[in-house]
Amino acid sequence: MIRWLLLALGGALLGGIVHLATIIILPHTATQDAYARLARSVPVNTVAPLPEPTAESAPMPFMDPAFASAVCRYDLSQGPLKLSVPVSLAYTSVSFYTRYDVAYYAINDRAAGRRVIELDLMTVEQHSQMPEDEEITAADRLIVESPTLTGLIAIRALAPEPGLMPMAKSAIANARCVRADEPKPSR
Amino acid sequence: MRLLLGSLFALVVAAVVGLGATYLALTRGAAFGPLTIGSWTAWPKTGTADADPYVRASIARIGRLPTALGDGVAFTASADDNGRPLDGRCDVVLAGVTPAARFWTLTLYNADGELVANSIKRSGFTSQEIVRHADGSFEIVVAPRANPSNWLPTGGVERYVLLLRLYDTAVGVSTKAGREVPMPSVNVRSCP
Repeated sequence: MIRWLLLALGGALLGGIVHLATIIILPHTATQDAYARLARSVPVNTVAPLPEPTAESAPMPFMDPAFASAVCRYDLSQGPLKLSVPVSLAYTSVSFYTRYDVAYYAINDRAAGRRVIELDLMTVEQHSQMPEDEEITAADRLIVESPTLTGLIAIRALAPEPGLMPMAKSAIANARCVRADEPKPSR
Repeated sequence: MRLLLGSLFALVVAAVVGLGATYLALTRGAAFGPLTIGSWTAWPKTGTADADPYVRASIARIGRLPTALGDGVAFTASADDNGRPLDGRCDVVLAGVTPAARFWTLTLYNADGELVANSIKRSGFTSQEIVRHADGSFEIVVAPRANPSNWLPTGGVERYVLLLRLYDTAVGVSTKAGREVPMPSVNVRSCP
């Protein structure tokens, strides 16, 4: 009897380890997480508008239907990215997510304080390799460090009333995310 | 033989306990540091790089992108003030005010996080669309049939959750429940 009780206790302790291990490993094996869902339909290093969520279909669960949204799925292995997002009339925000959907930074139009939110996105390593003098000329640009090489930038503009959705969408449509060493696309 | 049986028993116990606890944690939405005000609960740390492993696992499982803390805070309600699960066949009244924020949105989802189909194609309100009382408080009726004033249709689904998202707000990781963070009350008015 004692022997079985001890075995059960040992099993339960081992179960605790199994529990912690599965919780920690799960994000790395998930095939239906937001990044994996978007990776199938969204190209890399460019801004792609997301369809509005409806009752029939949505790019991902729990999306806020009051917002027009777009994502830039980034890959920094070739170099840093430049992001520019014109702000809409109501409320515009830019949120940064790692490859495993952890939000590590976000900024909104009022915090940016300008008509266009402009950011440089790079890895910690790329930031440390930046020449000193360049950093001074780029002092007025905001630099965001990504903890992972790939990830997602969610660009969202609020439509305070359903009738203002086209305006929010057109503000988002002018957002750009391009490699920092590429010339600006002529528009 | 006894050794083999014994270790097999221990391994089975380990698998049941370990995987069972993981399943429970993910379906119940366990996470550290909840901020509960009335029927509403938010996990402000979910939107930061400090998100704990439980939050990370549940985000990956659901497949959503959490609201980043620099953007806003999302409060969830899945039961009324008496603790009864929200039922789409009942008339539920949200009444009161929200904490200070530049904008807020209220959205109704089913348990899987999908919007619910309804006749007027309304799945939520923004703070600008709401009709308010003279003192700034508001009343929203969440009900299956049309109601005067601010009506949020449920489409008659059995279970739903409400998400109140505050955008550009001071509510965050260090916020404590109290008078500075009033949330609307959630009460069932009538049930068929």
